[in-house]
Amino acid sequence: MKTLLTLLAITLLLLQSGIALFLPKGFYQGTFLLPLLLLSLFAAGYLMSRMTQIADSASQWAKPCKLAVPALFGLMILLVWEAIVRGFDVPLVLMPAPTQVFVTLGNNLPLLWADFQQTYLKAVVAGYVMGCGLGFITAKLVVRNAFLQKGLLPLGNFMASIPIIGIAPIMVMWFGFDWQSKAAVVVIMTFFPMLINTLAGLRSVDPLHADLMHTYAAGKGQIFFKNQLPQAMPFIFNALKLNSTLALIGAIVAEFFGTPIVGMGFRISAEVGRMNMDMVWATIFVAALAGSLSYGALTLLERRVTFWHPSVRSGR
Amino acid sequence: MTTLKQLANKQWFAVLVLVIGIIIIWYIAALLMNGNQMINMLERTGQSWTYTQIFEGAYGIQRPPLPVPHQVAYELYDSIFNNAITSKRSLLYHTQITLNSTLLGFILGSLLGIIIAIGIVHNRTLDTSLMPWVIASQTVPILAIAPIVVVVLGSMNLTGILPKAIISMYLSFFPVVIGMVKGLRSADKLHTELMITYNASTQQMFWKLRWFSAQPYLFASLKIGIAAALVGAIVAELPTGAQGGLGARLLSGSYYGQTVQIWSALVMSALLGWVLITLVGLAERFILLRRGIS
Repeated sequence: MKTLLTLLAITLLLLQSGIALFLPKGFYQGTFLLPLLLLSLFAAGYLMSRMTQIADSASQWAKPCKLAVPALFGLMILLVWEAIVRGFDVPLVLMPAPTQVFVTLGNNLPLLWADFQQTYLKAVVAGYVMGCGLGFITAKLVVRNAFLQKGLLPLGNFMASIPIIGIAPIMVMWFGFDWQSKAAVVVIMTFFPMLINTLAGLRSVDPLHADLMHTYAAGKGQIFFKNQLPQAMPFIFNALKLNSTLALIGAIVAEFFGTPIVGMGFRISAEVGRMNMDMVWATIFVAALAGSLSYGALTLLERRVTFWHPSVRSGR
Repeated sequence: MTTLKQLANKQWFAVLVLVIGIIIIWYIAALLMNGNQMINMLERTGQSWTYTQIFEGAYGIQRPPLPVPHQVAYELYDSIFNNAITSKRSLLYHTQITLNSTLLGFILGSLLGIIIAIGIVHNRTLDTSLMPWVIASQTVPILAIAPIVVVVLGSMNLTGILPKAIISMYLSFFPVVIGMVKGLRSADKLHTELMITYNASTQQMFWKLRWFSAQPYLFASLKIGIAAALVGAIVAELPTGAQGGLGARLLSGSYYGQTVQIWSALVMSALLGWVLITLVGLAERFILLRRGIS
């Protein structure tokens, strides 16, 4: 019975994909295909709950199913989007279909690559490295000084509530239109999360461990690298992951305040003005991909570095 | 001597010293930046100059690269008290526009976040399928979405507050989901087991136990969420060519090189953010104190 239902659900999904992809545009007007979309949603829901059951069991398929559930969810969103845009013949100005976005993406790879280079490889990376580095160094210098700590922590929390993106026009005025001003925005946006988290991490050292290091007559450098730094790593990675998306957002927003004629923020505002929504979505796709990949890479690195931490151990 | 040591141990004193230090550095930096610009300008036109002239000029010119605190304070005072609230020159007018979309977006985002969290906690399929996408949604730079949302909604004759509120919502629902899921799952094991022995239904379990265990987490998330909503509202005003709001004020200041206007809008948004977070904090204390935890 279960296999029969699963097969039925898969057939329904394939049928729906065929309808969405191959029928001429506007197929929902005047036909009765809309209930099929609803049915295929139920089918996807059934498939997902089946796969969740398998993923929770001890079956050999548990691992692939665990990955397949969110993948199916994402595919379903794309399918519904494609079906509605094509089925109701939504004008391109409003919303392009996913397939159209991918075609545009493929046709404009050199342009998108140039934008990516300008925004990500220059502004984001430079600003991220400098901002996180500065935050770390400041935390290292401040951690021994109780007075500075007392003053800095509330200030840092206050800064976190300020929309720091607002400094973008000022930075553009100071550092010019090119990527340097965007990097400056990123530096300021990433500095405080890094400072606060590193401070919290360096202060979280177990007093017993500190005493132990003392009885070993460890030098300052040894205490820092063998005791404090490893203890602070989970906190530091927390800030690094948070900052990876913050940096991208900061750089793109800063480009709304003036930029040379290249860059992801520039592309978005220019193509919105020309109503080229497929190009806008292609840029969004690139940005989302870059953000997800850097987040994922940091998570992998975190697992490597803090393999001893409970949150990582239980995650396996 | 002892009083000085006692003072040094107080938090407010440390903050005060740092703030005064920052303001002093600010004035020095303004002298260097503005003064250098003035010297360059005067030398280009071949005029002679004296240090007193530069000193006065650095703190008084119309469009300085770095305005000093008293210039910003005067601009704030001028635009708040010398203009009617409904006037477009009043900063309060723009603040209230931003505040409206922030609050609407925050309320929508919190509700959405709470609903998603409840779904995730109670339904295993939603947990595995939705949760990764909730996380992935935050790696999409919202700014990329902002112009599209506004254009799409605009063509459906939805303009004004709603598009901005939706962007605020998008930014503020994420912390609420994360905090709420954690909170709903953080119910004491003993209490949960007690409820099970009472044969409590899922609903009773939720309303009598989980909802309360989630409240401290919820408020921590709401504080982050309202700050995020404010950022969303300001950013949403940038690419859309909005006529009012703090974001529009920043953008027009940037176009016309009105640095004092940019800085005063920035200070205003900082104040607004601080007030909003404090209000959420007060609500938290009020509600949690009644339960005896804080």
